[in-house]
Amino acid sequence: MRARPAEAPKAAGAIGLSLVAVFWLGLIILLPLVTVLFEASKGGIEPFLAAVAEPDTIAAIQLTLLVAAIAVPLNAVFGIAAAWCVTRFEFRGKGLLLTIIDLPFTISPVIAGLVWMLLFGAQGWFGAWLRLNDIHIVFALPGLVLATILVTFPFVARELIPLMNDQGTDEEVAARTLGARGWDIFFRITLPNIKWALLYGVLLCTARAMGEFGAVSVVSGHIRGQTNTLPLQIEILYNQYESVAAFACASILAGLALITLLLKSVLEWRFAGELAANRRH
Amino acid sequence: MTASAPAQPTNGVPENFTPPHPSLHTNRVLPGFKVSLGFTIAYVSLIVLIPLAALAARPWEHGWAGFWSVLTDGRVLASLRLSFTTAGAAAVLNLFVGTIIAWVLTRYKFPGVKILDAFVDLPFALPTAVAGIALCTLYATNGWVGSLFAPFGIKIAYTPIGIFIALVFVGLPFVVRSVQPVLADFDAEVEEAALTLGAAPWQTAIRVILPGLAPALLTGFSLSMARAVGEYGSVIFIAGNMPYISEITPQLIIIKLQEYDYAGAASVGLIMLLWSIVILAIINAAQMWLFQRGRA
Repeated sequence: MRARPAEAPKAAGAIGLSLVAVFWLGLIILLPLVTVLFEASKGGIEPFLAAVAEPDTIAAIQLTLLVAAIAVPLNAVFGIAAAWCVTRFEFRGKGLLLTIIDLPFTISPVIAGLVWMLLFGAQGWFGAWLRLNDIHIVFALPGLVLATILVTFPFVARELIPLMNDQGTDEEVAARTLGARGWDIFFRITLPNIKWALLYGVLLCTARAMGEFGAVSVVSGHIRGQTNTLPLQIEILYNQYESVAAFACASILAGLALITLLLKSVLEWRFAGELAANRRH
Repeated sequence: MTASAPAQPTNGVPENFTPPHPSLHTNRVLPGFKVSLGFTIAYVSLIVLIPLAALAARPWEHGWAGFWSVLTDGRVLASLRLSFTTAGAAAVLNLFVGTIIAWVLTRYKFPGVKILDAFVDLPFALPTAVAGIALCTLYATNGWVGSLFAPFGIKIAYTPIGIFIALVFVGLPFVVRSVQPVLADFDAEVEEAALTLGAAPWQTAIRVILPGLAPALLTGFSLSMARAVGEYGSVIFIAGNMPYISEITPQLIIIKLQEYDYAGAASVGLIMLLWSIVILAIINAAQMWLFQRGRA
C-alpha cells in the first residue's frame, strides 16, 4: 500500500477546492488572530505597555504562570503513571479507565468548574466544614488549580499511551532480565524513548492550562489582583470597554499560542516517528 | 474442552486445576504495576470521579420532581435548543468545509500550504477568551466582517448567528485533524484502479474515497459537536446572552450558580455530562470501526 503523493493543483476543480480551503482558513481562523494583533497595536506602543504594566494585569500574569506551574507537572506525572500501567500491564477495567481519561475532552469547561463548586462552594458538600476551619478552596488558588487540572489532565496521557503501546516492552523486559532495577529501566530506556512525545504533551497541556477560561471563571470569584488569571482579566477589561488594554493582554496570550503552534509544528516535522501516530487533537 | 475429548497427559498438573482468569493472568515481568496503577486510580478518583459523583448527587435535593421542573423550565429548554441547534449546524458546516480543507492539505502542493496546515490548530492553541473578544470585534456591526453585512440588515454579533460563527471557529480543526490522516494513508492503487476503470474523478471521490472516510467523518463530526455544545469562552462575548434568545446552556449554568441555585445548576450540568458520555461512546465506536476497517 502506498499513499498518493501531493501535487500542484492543475485541473479547474483542484484549483477551485484549493481556493475554497485558503479562503475559509483565512476568514475563519486567521482573521480573528489578525484582529487581536491589530486592535492591540491600534493605540501605538505606549498605551500597550501601560496596559501590560498595570498592577492587576501583572498579578494576573503571575497567577496564570503559578497555576500552570502547579497543574502541568502534576498532570505530566499522572500521564506517565497512567501510560505505564495501561500499556505495560493487563488488568480489569482498563477500558473504563481509558474512557475516563478521555472524558475531559468532551465535557464542557463550565462543568469542570461547576463540580468543584458542588464540592467546596459555600453550599457544596464540604462548604460548611471549610468555612468553619477557615480554609479557602474556591475563589482562591486551590480552586483555580483543581479546575485547571481537571480540564488538562488527559493531554500528556493521551500522547504517551498510543506511543508506548506501539513501542512495546521488548527493550524494558530485556533490561529487567539482565537485572536492571525499576527506576533504571524507566530513566535509561523508557524516558529516552518517549521524551519527545512527553514534551509534546506537556506543551499542549501548558498552552491549555494558561488559556483556560470557562472552568476557572466558575471557581475564580473574579477578585481583581487576587484570583483573576490572564484570560479572566481580559474579560473584565473588555466588559469595561477598555478595548486597548483587553487586546494588549489578549495579544500576549495570542503570542503564546503562536509559539505553541511553532514548537508543535517543529516537533511534528522533526520527530514525527517518535511522536504517537493516530492522534486525536 | 468437551467430555468426549481424549485424555491428555497431565504433566504433573492436578486434574482439577483451572487457570486463572485471563485478565488476571499477566506477564508481570516489569516492575511498578501497583505503584503506577495505584497513583493513576487515586488521581482519577480525586480529580474526576469524586467531583462527578458530587454532580450526579446534587440535582435530587427536591426529588425527581425538582429535577424535572428545572429541565422543563422554558428558559432551560430554550437554552438547550439554542446550544444543540447552533452546535449541530456548526458541526455540519465544519464536516463539509473541513473535509475539503483536509483534502487540499493532503493532496495539493502550493506555496504556503505547510504554514496553512500548521494554522489549522490555532483554535486549539488560542485561548477561548482571546478568540471570543476577537470574533465579537470582527462581527460587530462596525467590525471588518460585520460591517459588510450590516447594510443588508443582517446582525451577526449578539445574535444566534454570532454563536454559530464562534462554534464554527472552535470546531473546524476537529474535522480536519480526524480526516487528514485517513486521507493521507488512503491507498493510491484503489483510486487509480477506479480511474483506470473509467470512473470520473468525482465518482472516485464519492464512491471510493467517501465510504473509506466514513468513520473519520463521524469522529470529526462528533468531536466538533461535543466541543461546540459545551463551549463557553469564545461564545459568551459574541452571544449577547439574552434569555430565551441568545443564552447558551453553559452560560445558564453559571447564572444558576451565581443565584446560589446549586441543585438547578447541577441538574442542567448532569444533562450535559450524560450528553458528553453518549458522544464519547459514539466516538469510541467510530474508532473501533476505523480500526477494523484498517485491518480488513
